This record gives sequence, structure tokens and C-alpha cells, in this order.
Amino acid sequence: MSADRHYPLLLTLLAAATLALFLLSLTVGPAGIAFADSMKALFSDKADGVALIMREIRLPRAILGGMIGATLGLSGAALQGYLRNPLAEPGLLGISASASLGAVLAIYTGLSAAFALALPLAALTGAVAAVLVVQALAGQRGGALIVILAGIAVTSFAGAMTSLALNLSPNPFAALEIMFWMLGSLTDRSMVHVWLSAPFMLVGWLMLGSLGRALDALTLGSETAASMGIELRKVQFLAVFGTAASVGAATAVAGAIGFVGLVVPHILRPLVGARPSRLLPASALGGACVVLTADILVRIIAPERDLKLGVLTAIVGAPFFLWLVFRTRRSLL
Amino acid sequence: MTLLSVENLSVELGHRPVLHRLGFAVQPGEFIGLIGPNGAGKSTLLRSVLNLLPAQGQVRLCGTDAAAMNARQRAACVAYLAQEREIAWAVPVEMVVALGRSPHRPGFAALTDKDRAIVDAAMRRMDVEAFRHRIATELSGGEKARVLAARALAQDTPLLLADEPTAGLDPAHQIALMRLFDSLAADGRSVVASLHDLGLAARWCSRLILIDKGRIVADGPPASVLTPQSLRAIYGVEAWFGEADGAPIVHPLDLATP
Repeated sequence: MSADRHYPLLLTLLAAATLALFLLSLTVGPAGIAFADSMKALFSDKADGVALIMREIRLPRAILGGMIGATLGLSGAALQGYLRNPLAEPGLLGISASASLGAVLAIYTGLSAAFALALPLAALTGAVAAVLVVQALAGQRGGALIVILAGIAVTSFAGAMTSLALNLSPNPFAALEIMFWMLGSLTDRSMVHVWLSAPFMLVGWLMLGSLGRALDALTLGSETAASMGIELRKVQFLAVFGTAASVGAATAVAGAIGFVGLVVPHILRPLVGARPSRLLPASALGGACVVLTADILVRIIAPERDLKLGVLTAIVGAPFFLWLVFRTRRSLL
Repeated sequence: MTLLSVENLSVELGHRPVLHRLGFAVQPGEFIGLIGPNGAGKSTLLRSVLNLLPAQGQVRLCGTDAAAMNARQRAACVAYLAQEREIAWAVPVEMVVALGRSPHRPGFAALTDKDRAIVDAAMRRMDVEAFRHRIATELSGGEKARVLAARALAQDTPLLLADEPTAGLDPAHQIALMRLFDSLAADGRSVVASLHDLGLAARWCSRLILIDKGRIVADGPPASVLTPQSLRAIYGVEAWFGEADGAPIVHPLDLATP
């Protein structure tokens, strides 16, 4: 099979692209630092301005861009495989919306101003609350459809509560801050954000990454998969909690970044022979490439206007998705 | 060893009783046809044996209490060919059939030569080798059915449960599938297949279990289960009974006059 031969090549190319974009991300910024200088500063012991910019501003931004992109790509691929639905995306389980609500409440109550980590911690709490509700509703024998419905309900409720917070916001500045946070951005994130979110994302990756064989078996439906030795409850637990840990942490530090988790698995699926287990690593690397690229572009397109990352991914992602739908229309009919 | 024994199996779906205290046993070398009208509980019986539905009663698979087995242990004893022919992604035929080997492989291990040989043999037996590289979702209904049957064969289990495996197959492939199940039985394996085609059931099965309204109403060789009386009472049809080459022929003719 051609997909068998091409698969290692595809992963190598994606990994190389991710690395290149990571390095490029380190060299783009308002402080025009030459590439050689920036790399030297990153690995030197000096504590001059260049080293400070590299280590405290650009390095965390690049690391978070790569990790969050990988999270969105991986969880999108895992959820599409688990729910056997090409429209599934990380936001579907209500985790992004609830993490956003947690963050909004932290801004609204002024907690985030009092203590810097209050915002990501509140967002993580929101993500955990969402996943507990979804899991409780779906139950032991719930199955994919109930997980989707529970996710929609949680998303709607979290959205309504976010609107309420905006509605009742004490002053226009708080409302503006809430709005801007929800647009999704990697600007001014520090290594503290990396240390806070990385463990959750890594745990989530391990949980989602272990699903490969189960997702392959689920291609033939949940009952056939169960008859092939797949424990459906375990799969549901890993899919739901793996998404919650990784996407919850990603949303907590960067806000909601849409379309990456939906579009990236779609683009890569034909290139891996549609096999769900192979899509997982490919989609993780692809997601990292897309978010790193988008984060580089927001800095190049409008350096002084603080264009938000989530806005860019949606503006580029939505028309692209339309084109994908148009292209695959024949095979869907 | 008894491959499957069911005792006092009762199932309720949404407070509606579907199966009432069913009991039967399957010995090695049997090809059992599970027959009965629509809604009699055939699929429910197959699915509850596989622990896909909550059920009361005892089910033993390959000599072990099924309730104490994990999914993987069950998968080593029994393969299941579902009624719904679902293939969610545009994957190649070969990969679908190879999925049957997954319960036998540890962790992320690749297919061994033995796995490949079993997959190839399963594809040969189901006559799907010619399109092994084609995309499974683009096949016709009957071709898809054969690919999924090959997948179940590749699981290489002592017991195979098949839910309406002949639906949508042309006569040649229906007969080929019946012959295949017959040859599996001759090898000492057992097949339990729900069937609507009484002609196929009468001709090929070594034993029939007739279910009506969640109860077993007859269990035995085809000639003793399929009688003018039972077809009239359970199915409400009149049938023609004959014999060819030493095997019974049953052909439903018309609705029975009440």
C-alpha cells in the first residue's frame, strides 16, 4: 500500500516543518534580533536584554504555540475517531467553553488582577467541571451520541454564563478584557504558563495517544469494536479525560483557538490512508505547524495591532473548511 | 468443551422484556441457525451473549463465566459479525480484515507473518482478495458484507456469532457463506447465525433454534424444527416441503389463512 510507504516520510516531513516553524517563531518579534544572535542568546549564560527577550518572551511563546497546536490537532483526531464523526472537534465536549467561562469569571471577579495564575487555574477548574458533568451524563454505557449531546448542553450553558458575565460586567474595561481574552492569543505568556499547562497537556497526550488501536477498531462501529476486545468504557474515559486535560490546559493559557482541531485532521486523513491510529501523531504535528504558523503571521501581519491568534485561525480556517467540504462533496454524497 | 452455554438469560430493553429465561448450549462442530420472526429477539440474544447489553442469567464462553471475562478474553473465544455494516472511514479492505487480528496482538505490535497468513486466508475464503487494495467504503453492500465476514474470520475464534450474514448477498455468495460456515463446523468450530432465509437454514444448518416473543419454541435438527405447523403458528406462512440430495427444502408459499 502506498500509504504504508508514505507514512514514515509524512511524519518526518511534519516533524521537520514543526521544528523549522518553532525556530522561526523564536526569531520573529518587535525587537529585531538577528537569527544567529537570538540562538546564541538562548543558549548563553549572559543575562543581557537579548537573552531576556529570548528566554522570557519568545521561548515560552514558541513552546506554547507548538504544544497547544499539537493538543488541538491530536484531540481533534482522537475525538473524530472516537465519535466516528468528521465534524467532531475539541470544543465539542464543552471543555473549551467551560475553560473560557472559568477564565472569564477570574477576570470578572478581579481575581486575575490580584494574582496572575488565577486565570489559568480558574480555566482549568472550568474544564474539569465540564468533563465531570459530561462523563456523569454519559454514564457507563452512554456511548458517543450521549457524549455529544452532553457536550452541546455544557457548551451552551457555559456560553450563556459567559454572556451573563459580560452583561453584568462592572466596567467597560473588564468587558473588553474578557472579549480580548476569549479571542485566543499567545502574546506575553511566560515560562510560568508553560510549567502550569505542560504537565496537563502531556498527560492528555499520553491518554489520547494510547487510543490508536481502539480507534482503528471503532471504524467498524462500537459493538464490533467491543467484540474485538476493546473496552468501550476505558476508551470513553481516555478520550474524554485526555481531551479535558490537554484542551483544558491549552485553553487556560491561550484562550479558545478554533478550527485547528477540526481542519487539521481533515487535511491529513487522506494522507495517512484514513487510518485513525496513524492520524493521531500526524495530526498532532500538523496542529503544531498550523498554530506556530498562525502565531508567526499575527506578528508579521499587524505587529503593532495585537491581532489575536484565534481570530486568524478562524478567518483562515473557516473558508478553508468550506473548500474542503466542497472538495469532498462528491465522496460524501 | 461446550463453547457457549446460556442459562436463564433474560433481557429487558427500556422496561420491555425482550428475552425470557432462555437456555441452550453450543458444542464444537455445530452450525446453528437462529430463526424467528422480526422482533423475536434474535439480535438481542446474540448481543447479550457478547455482553453488549445488560442481561440477567448465566452465560459461559469457552468454559468460563462470561461476566468474569474482559473484552479481550471474550474476543479470543467469540467473533461477532454485526448486522449493521458500518465502516466509518475510507480505509483499504486489507486494513479492515486485518483488524480481526487486533485482539491477538500485544500493545502496538505490528502484524506477524502468522497474522498476515490468517488475514490472507480469510480474504481468500470470502472471495475478497481481488479488491484488497480498494477503499472499503466504496464497495457495494454485498462486497462490504463479505469484507466484514472476512474480518470476523480473521479473528480466528472457536465460536462465531453472525447477525443476518446473508442479507444483501447474491445467491452464489449466500451459498458460499453457508458452505464456509459448514466447513468451519467440520473443523470443530461453531457458528451461530441468525437467518431469515428458511431455505438456507433448512439446507445448511446442523441445528435450528426457533425463537418467538423472546422464548425458544423449538430447538433441534432442521427437519424437526421446520414443520408445517411451526411455520403456520410462528411465521403465519404456508410452505412447500421437499428434499434434494438428502437435505430438506423449505420454501414459503403464501400467508397462512388464520
